[in-house]
Amino acid sequence: MFEYAPAPESRALVTFQSSYGHFIGGKFTKPSNTYQTISPSTEQVLAEISTASAKDVDMAVKAARSAYEKVWSKLSGAERGKYLYRIARIIQERARELAIAETLNNGKPIKETRDADIPLVAAWFFYYAGWADKLDYAGFGVNPKAHGVAAQVIPWNFPLMMLAWKIAPALAAGNTVVLKPAETTPLTALLFAEICQQAGLPDGVVNIITGFGQTGADLIAHKDVNKVAFTGSTGVGRLIAKQIAGTNKKVTLELGGKAANIVFDDAPLDQAVEGIINGIFFNQGHVCCAGSRLLVQESIQDELMKKLKRRMETLKLGDPLDKNTDIGAINSKVQLDKITKLVKLGVKEGGEAWAPNCEIPKKGFWYAPTVITGVAATNTVAREEIFGPVLSVLTFRTPAEAVAKANNTPFGLSAGIWTEKGSRILKVADQLNAGVIWANTFNQFDPASPFGGFKESGYGREGGRHGLLAYLKGDN
Amino acid sequence: MRLDVKKTYKLFIGGKFPRSESGHTYELTNPKGEFVANVVLASRKDARDAVVAARAAQPGWEGATAYNRGQVLYRIAEMLEGRREQFVAEIRELTGATEIQANKEVVAAIDSWVWHAGWSDKVDSVAGSMNPVAGPFFNISTNQPTGVVAAFAPQKSSLVGLVNTIAPIIVTGNAVVVVASESLPLSAITLTEVLATSDLPGGVVNVLTGKEKDLSPWLASHQDVNAVDLEGTSDPVDLEIRAAETLKRVIRPGAFSRSGSLGSLQQILAFMEVKTVWHPKGH
Repeated sequence: MFEYAPAPESRALVTFQSSYGHFIGGKFTKPSNTYQTISPSTEQVLAEISTASAKDVDMAVKAARSAYEKVWSKLSGAERGKYLYRIARIIQERARELAIAETLNNGKPIKETRDADIPLVAAWFFYYAGWADKLDYAGFGVNPKAHGVAAQVIPWNFPLMMLAWKIAPALAAGNTVVLKPAETTPLTALLFAEICQQAGLPDGVVNIITGFGQTGADLIAHKDVNKVAFTGSTGVGRLIAKQIAGTNKKVTLELGGKAANIVFDDAPLDQAVEGIINGIFFNQGHVCCAGSRLLVQESIQDELMKKLKRRMETLKLGDPLDKNTDIGAINSKVQLDKITKLVKLGVKEGGEAWAPNCEIPKKGFWYAPTVITGVAATNTVAREEIFGPVLSVLTFRTPAEAVAKANNTPFGLSAGIWTEKGSRILKVADQLNAGVIWANTFNQFDPASPFGGFKESGYGREGGRHGLLAYLKGDN
Repeated sequence: MRLDVKKTYKLFIGGKFPRSESGHTYELTNPKGEFVANVVLASRKDARDAVVAARAAQPGWEGATAYNRGQVLYRIAEMLEGRREQFVAEIRELTGATEIQANKEVVAAIDSWVWHAGWSDKVDSVAGSMNPVAGPFFNISTNQPTGVVAAFAPQKSSLVGLVNTIAPIIVTGNAVVVVASESLPLSAITLTEVLATSDLPGGVVNVLTGKEKDLSPWLASHQDVNAVDLEGTSDPVDLEIRAAETLKRVIRPGAFSRSGSLGSLQQILAFMEVKTVWHPKGH
């Protein structure tokens, strides 16, 4: 194996303020009730972040309502679209800075933020900008109406990308928003607030408030919110679905997953190995659609596992700012503890865990890429979302068994199929209960392509025309 | 003088006509308070049996071609047309409606089946898409039925509300357990005789009669139900909270109009899941 010289990206491009308030009505409030946000790879403090109280939430919703009534709902779609195009361009201009900021606050490798997260953020705004003056063609008839104020709560795994998935379609459809980023990764959302200022976006159209779960709950419960969009755990999604019962609020939920990545005996094995690696180790496995259950046809298990382990030996874990790093830091101590606990349980229940021998940095939160073999369908690591770089391996003999095992989960977000046989791909794809199916590829995302789950992985779609509909009122 | 042979009104589960396992019935009267029939009071066990039947029937129905499903729905319209007089008479007996009113309702119900039948092979043309992603990928989004749906027909409609509840659910390949209007269940029961003679596979539509309040909590919290249509329920907030436990799709009361001969594409799509498939283009 080659040794790589360190190739760190300079962090000089990014300056964080020492403390941040909320972004409400186009201005930052005075920081209050602050907590520290850190870099999970070094545990270094990056900035002080405010915790929004119910009063702050109310202020933000009022600002969004006022902007909706007085400005945004009166603008033509074409003008709204132009603001979104401006935002897309500024994101492209500041792409490297945003990538570094994201890597610092989240812990994911710079090659991912630089090549995946941030380009997708710009693409998302560019895509939905073009919808703003074409809503008549969205599918709800002529002149469909926006909901009004959208409350959006997003997770820490793709902080700015999740923001883009939420804000771009909401604004294109004519809504105004109050968005709460995750408590551990607020910084790129706050940089985005500056971008809104640079774009001259009317005050109050986008409001960003920071804080913990209570802030999110207060926001979703606010009486003057018309639309709720949440990405996060199934547990919280369930609470939200209960919380909004009996209201007129519309809701979309993007929740957990336990995707099967199915490898048939005729699959192109080297490509499949790359797909498996990408499926579970991309973003340290902090991906709701991660291919966390490898279903491999029994006859090729030994050969595939040999190739997979050999490939895992070459993964580079370490400084996320290093351009050669494949696996960065786990986002938080809490998440690291959860992963550790679940893997231990997986071994206790009969699985065999294996990880390449990689050096773990002394500071920060890290977990070596891990594969657990000999996993039964009833084992915890085959049923629960680990949300870390941990792959559970199960086997099957026939396509029917593969489908039955793949569908044997309350989740239904994504799945992978690896085979050279086109007719098999089409049949298996038909039978899998999952919202996104990657055949001979994995973890592809695009603003034109709807994303979202079946069953307990949530409801509604993000991306594409379908994603736009979630932010418009349907006719009956 | 010849004595009428009266009908025993039963449930419709898995294509069969069982009585309730509980043996309970309730008395149905006309607006003058006169006895009309003893109707089955379905129990929660009946509801569970109906879900099992629906789950068993669903994959086969989904797997039928869209052309086939369309023909079956059209066949239901044909069978209903042939029994128009019987439905008119039952509606009049139970509600006191005039012949013109009752006939209007039955005709709307027949036409609604025809309207829905035509959607089976058009939904994906209208609501699916080929997605122009920025890379060398074939990327397509289609719509797939949600699975098993528990539905509560509107309480104040004999037939057309029920048809506008069932048809949008089953046209795309879902199976349904539907609870009929508590006070107006006769048309629902007679409709099951139509369904049973329309080439509709047993278990795709299961009809329960009885008290909505007795059945709805169990169906809304049932782990093997994917969506609930709460139209005819009396405590939808409680039911929505129960449904949230397994993140069922919830259709709140009043979401769709159910009185006419034209349905709503959005109502059909409310019981469908968008599935997106990616494949590389290359070599």
